[in-house]
Amino acid sequence: MLDDKTKNQVKKLHSQWQQQANQSKTLNKKFITVSGEEIKPLYTPLDLEGIDFERDINFPGFYPYTRGVHATMYRGKLWTMRQFSGMGNAQQTNERYHFLLKRGQTGLSVAFDLPTLMGYDSDHPRSRGEVGKCGVAVDSLADMEVLFKGIQLDKISTSMTINAPASILFAMYIAVAEKQGVPSEKLTGTIQNDILKEYIAQKEWIYPPEPSMRLITDTMAFCADHVPKWNTISISGYHIREAGATAAQELAFTLADGFAYVEAGIKAGLDVDVFAPRLSFFFNSHLDFFEEIAKYRAARRIWARHMREKYKAKKEASWLLRFHTQTAGCSLTAQQPENNIIRTAFEALAGVLGGTQSLHTNSMDETLALPSDHAVKIALRTQQIIAYEIGVANTIDPLAGSYFVEAMTNKLEEQAEKYFEEIERRGGVLKCIEQGYFQREIAKSAYRYQKEIESKDRIVVGINDFIEPDEEIKIPIVYIDPQVEKDQCASLKKLRETRDNDKVKRSLENLRKVAEGTDNTVPAILDCVRCYTTEGEIVDVLRGVFGEYQEPPFF
Amino acid sequence: MKRKIRILLAKPGLDGHDRGIKVIAAALRDAGIEVIYTGLRQTPEQIVEAAIQEDVDGIGMSILSGAHMTLFPAVINLLKEKGAESIVVFGGGIIPDEDIEKLEQAGVDRLFTPGASTKEIVDYIYQKFGEK
Repeated sequence: MLDDKTKNQVKKLHSQWQQQANQSKTLNKKFITVSGEEIKPLYTPLDLEGIDFERDINFPGFYPYTRGVHATMYRGKLWTMRQFSGMGNAQQTNERYHFLLKRGQTGLSVAFDLPTLMGYDSDHPRSRGEVGKCGVAVDSLADMEVLFKGIQLDKISTSMTINAPASILFAMYIAVAEKQGVPSEKLTGTIQNDILKEYIAQKEWIYPPEPSMRLITDTMAFCADHVPKWNTISISGYHIREAGATAAQELAFTLADGFAYVEAGIKAGLDVDVFAPRLSFFFNSHLDFFEEIAKYRAARRIWARHMREKYKAKKEASWLLRFHTQTAGCSLTAQQPENNIIRTAFEALAGVLGGTQSLHTNSMDETLALPSDHAVKIALRTQQIIAYEIGVANTIDPLAGSYFVEAMTNKLEEQAEKYFEEIERRGGVLKCIEQGYFQREIAKSAYRYQKEIESKDRIVVGINDFIEPDEEIKIPIVYIDPQVEKDQCASLKKLRETRDNDKVKRSLENLRKVAEGTDNTVPAILDCVRCYTTEGEIVDVLRGVFGEYQEPPFF
Repeated sequence: MKRKIRILLAKPGLDGHDRGIKVIAAALRDAGIEVIYTGLRQTPEQIVEAAIQEDVDGIGMSILSGAHMTLFPAVINLLKEKGAESIVVFGGGIIPDEDIEKLEQAGVDRLFTPGASTKEIVDYIYQKFGEK
C-alpha cells in the first residue's frame, strides 16, 4: 500500500527511532500475547507491506468482510445480548430467563446440565449428583414446555448449547413452538450441534464421528426444508480455547471444523449454497485485546476466501462468517472475584470491536459456581454500557488500518493456513481427532500457559501478583439443591406412567429402522418427542444402532 | 532401585473439562512422578479398580461439574470396602469452601482450588509420599 517515496521515508525514520530506542530504558520482561506470541515494540507502515486494500481489507459488507459482515454493522443493529443460562430444573431456569429479559437481554441461550448433554435421563445411574448442576435438566418435552413458559418463540431467538443429542433437543423446541401455534418456518436461533469440537475439546460426545456427522447433515437438510431461518451448527472455537488453545489454534481448528462440515454436506449431496448460509460460529474472547480483535477479522477473511474459492459457493450469504462470542471463562479467577467484572468488560469490548453478532458476558462468580442473579445482572449491564455509553458502536471496525491490528490479522491468517496444511497432510479433521493431534497441541499450549504463570512471565492479578493472602470471598454463591435431582426423577416416573406408552414404543421402533437405513432421522425424532419419549430413551436407540465413542487418554 | 511415586489421575462423572488434569499430569510427570491418567468419565468403581490394579500411592480427581459431594465420597467408600484405604485421595476443581471442609472430614486428604500452582501440588505429593 506504500509508494516508494513514503516507504523510504518510513524506513529512514524507523532506523532513527531504533537507534534511540536502543539507548533507552527497556524493562527486562517478555512482551508476549496471551497465546505466547512475541510482540514487536512498534508497528509501522512497513508492517502493511503486501496488503492489498480491496483484496484484504475492503469495506464492511464487502468481500472478504474483514471489516464486518454487514454494511452498517451496529449502526443497523446492535449485537444480540445473550446470557448463557441454565440451572436446576426447567422452572428455575424459566424464572432466570424472565429475570434477564426484563432487564434488557435480547436473546436466550440455554445451558443444559451434563446428563442432558450426554444423553442420559435424570434417573440414569450415571446422572447421580449431576442433575441440574451445570445447567438445566431437560428429560422430555414436558420440561421444555416449562422452560419456555411465557416466552413467545416467534418473538425471540434462542441459542441452545447442545451437541451430541442436538437434534433431539431441537425437535423438542420445534414441538414447543407447535404447541404455541408457531410454525417452524418462523423460528430463529441456533443449535450448537458441533460434534467435531466435542472430540477435540469439550468432550461431550455419545456416538462415533461418522454417525454423528450424519445426524448433523440430517439436521442441515431438515432445516433447509422446514426451519429455514435456523442456524444449524454453531461451529465453536470457544471450548477449544478454554481447553488451552492459543488464538491461532482456536482460529485454525474451528475453521478447519467448519470446512469439514461443508465437505460433509457436499458429500451428503446437499448444495453448498443451501446449507452454508445457516452455518454460524462461536468464538472465545480472551484477555489479549488486540490479538482477539485480529482473530475475528482474520476469521471472516479466511472463511470468505475458502468458501468462495475452494468450495465454489456462489451466494454471498455462504461467504459470510457470522459469530457469537463468549468472554473467556478460563481467564477468570476465584481469587478477588470482583476483578472478573473488569476482565470480562475488556474481553466483551474486544468481541464488539471484532464485529460479533451476539455476545455472552461471563459473571464474576463463575469460577466458584453458577452465576447468581446479582452477578449475571452486572454481566448483562456490562454489555449495555459498551453498547450505549462508551461510543464504540458508533463507527464500524474503528481499528482497521492500525499497523498493529492489520499486521496481527495477517499473521493469524498465515498461522491458520499453516495449520490447515498440516491437518490436510495428516488426512483431515477426523484423522487428526483419531490421532489425538488437536488434543495434544491444545494440551501443550495449556501447559505452556500454566508454566508462564508459575515463572511469572505472565502476571495474573490475585494469582501470582497483587495477592491478598488472607482474602475472604464475600460474594454470594449459588447452590443447586440436591432436591432438584429427586424431583426430576419423581416427575420422570410419573411421566412414564401417564403418557401413551404404545405410541412411545412405536415411535422408538420407527426411529430404530430409520437410523439403520439412510432416511433423515429428524422427522422420526420429532415423532418420538411429540409423544413425550424421553431424551435418554431416544439416545439409547441411536446408541444401539451407532455405537459409542471412546477416546484414548492423551496428555 | 527406588520406586517412583505412582499417582492415578481421574476425571469422574460426566464432566469433560480436562484442561486442568492434563496440565497436572504433565507437571507431575516432569517432576518425576509416575502418572496413570484414566481418561474421561470414569465411574467411582472404575477409578478404584484401576487404582488397586496399578498399585498407586494416591488418586487425584478433578471435578468441575458440581458433582463433587457425590463422587469424592463414593470413591472413598469404595476404597474402604475393598480394604484399600491406604490409597490417599486428593483432588481439585470448582469446590466451594464449605464443601471442602465436609469433604476433608469425609476423608479427602487435600483439595486444590482454582489458581493452585502445579508446584504446590508436586510439593504436596512429595511431602505426602516421600522419596520412594
